[in-house]
Amino acid sequence: MAPLKASLRPAPAPPPAPIPVTLNVNGVERTLHLAPWTTLLDALRLHLDLTGTKKGCDHGQCGACTVLVDGRRINSCLTLAAMQDGRKVTTIEGLTTGDALHPLQEAFIEHDAFQCGYCTPGQICSAAGLIAEGKATTDDEIRELMSGNLCRCGAYPNIVAAIRQAMATVAPKAEGAP
Amino acid sequence: MRSFTYSRAGSAAEAVGRAAAGTAFVAGGTNLLDLMKADVLRPEGLVDISRLPLDRIEETAEGGLRLGALARNADTAYDERVQTRYPMLSKAILAGASAQLRNMATNGGNLLQRTRCYYFYDTATPCNKRQPGSGCGAIGGVNRIHAILGASDQCIAVHPSDLCVALAALEAVVRVTGPDGERSIPFAELHRLPGDRPEIDTVLRPGDLVTAIDLPARGFAEHSTYLKIRDRASYAFALVSVAAGLEMDGDTVRDARLALGGVAHKPWRDPEAEAALIGKPATPDRFRAAARVLLRDAKGHEHNSFKIELAERAIVRALTEAAERKGASRP
Ligand SMILES: Cc1cc2nc3c(=O)[nH]c(=O)nc-3n(C[C@H](O)[C@H](O)[C@H](O)COP(=O)(O)OP(=O)(O)OC[C@H]3O[C@@H](n4cnc5c(N)ncnc54)[C@H](O)[C@@H]3O)c2cc1C
Ligand code: SF4
Ligand code: FES
Ligand code: FES
Repeated sequence: MAPLKASLRPAPAPPPAPIPVTLNVNGVERTLHLAPWTTLLDALRLHLDLTGTKKGCDHGQCGACTVLVDGRRINSCLTLAAMQDGRKVTTIEGLTTGDALHPLQEAFIEHDAFQCGYCTPGQICSAAGLIAEGKATTDDEIRELMSGNLCRCGAYPNIVAAIRQAMATVAPKAEGAP
Repeated sequence: MRSFTYSRAGSAAEAVGRAAAGTAFVAGGTNLLDLMKADVLRPEGLVDISRLPLDRIEETAEGGLRLGALARNADTAYDERVQTRYPMLSKAILAGASAQLRNMATNGGNLLQRTRCYYFYDTATPCNKRQPGSGCGAIGGVNRIHAILGASDQCIAVHPSDLCVALAALEAVVRVTGPDGERSIPFAELHRLPGDRPEIDTVLRPGDLVTAIDLPARGFAEHSTYLKIRDRASYAFALVSVAAGLEMDGDTVRDARLALGGVAHKPWRDPEAEAALIGKPATPDRFRAAARVLLRDAKGHEHNSFKIELAERAIVRALTEAAERKGASRP
């Protein structure tokens, strides 16, 4: 199709100015200038190069993008970075202490709780949120409260086993528990 | 997503004042941003209301609870007062979405979430709700998740909320502030039937901000339940759901509340069905008779006729559970 003559094209509205957004990501204060429609997920992956957090569905349906904001697990694909301005974000990259893995990371390795690994950062961040909430004690409760994290490789039995093991070593914290 | 402007409201009045045509409030964002990514909703500006101080849960002078519109679904469901005094509400919230989504979703946003009708989401297909006058993709299309009660020849969509079904049974009141001041809306009047204006879900007017949801003192805590039937054991919308609350006098039903989800454009209550329970013994036969009253005008479409019998059985099961149950159940 022939391109429209420039004079016939409606003048595009000027893009809204980028907005300053300050996030404390894994303990480091970061100020970004973002288009308003930048999701927290895209801010992490595209603007901060923290690609541990995955984009699965981009619609809140798979849990691959799960991160902790002020200690609570959320889907980073369904919130704008601007909406989280000033908050503390913890991603999979921030769960380690120095070179020491988080007990959940250890447990996932020990129980072989993944195959392709794509869902794993989301599973682990979600499990960290679950433990902080302190609502799950049985395997059935773990399954129910982890149902927002899908695993297409079907590693579910091992994921539950890993979380059960980590739960015994990590105490629920008041901070972050709803 | 299309381009839009973003601003954060510092007060309810400021939010209402900024609500111009083409502007939308964003609270948790879990429904609005999803629909914006799907290009179904195209607001030119978002007013972020998520930090307004409307996130508390407080006692009311009438002995009930006021749920802030911006209290998160998870915080509401796990609130001890909600769990002990309104267990069906807690159960309904925890039956919805996922832990992550419940941490984000607000009570106000939950009331105003849009239908999950596939055609509403698919901008390549006709949908009277998305684009008035374009036709209904679901009538004559795939309609397994659609309505069996109160539908019109324009739209057969259902309201997808679990929370709302319990709020209907509890006779909650929605508090709103808007360009014309404050008002209270009985829950049964908040959502409307599609009729010939399926694009309008509720009686709210442009610029109206939901500030709170008031629960009356009566929570039916002793004998209540929320039963959700769905395709998966968790993390799926209801095919049919039932909020049931009874007041019992021995084996006799003294008062009854019954609301259904997944069957209509709004949580479905029927005074005649509830009347059919009152003063009667709590037996499966009586429950079935009441279910048949509620479903007397039910009409199935090509793929969802199964919902009629499913609803009948779900009602009997929920009422049986509620009659037997003493106190709150763990979800
Ligand atoms: C994968 C998935 C599964 C889900 N499963 C379920 C389920 O099983 N059961 C269920 O009930 N729900 C389910 N949901 C829906 C979820 O509960 C809603 O998306 C959520 O409750 C919306 O709340 P929010 O605060 O995020 O709203 P937002 O997305 O911020 O807003 C939704 C709408 O409400 C308006 N709004 C928000 N707050 C106010 C206010 N205070 N005053 C006036 N207008 C307001 C917004 O302008 C917008 O139009 C699911 C969602 C997803 C993504
Ligand atoms: S049922 Fe309603 S929402 Fe679905 S396609 Fe028809 S008009 Fe649209
Ligand atoms: S990418 Fe966010 S839930 Fe799938
Ligand atoms: S390990 Fe492959 S998706 Fe879970």
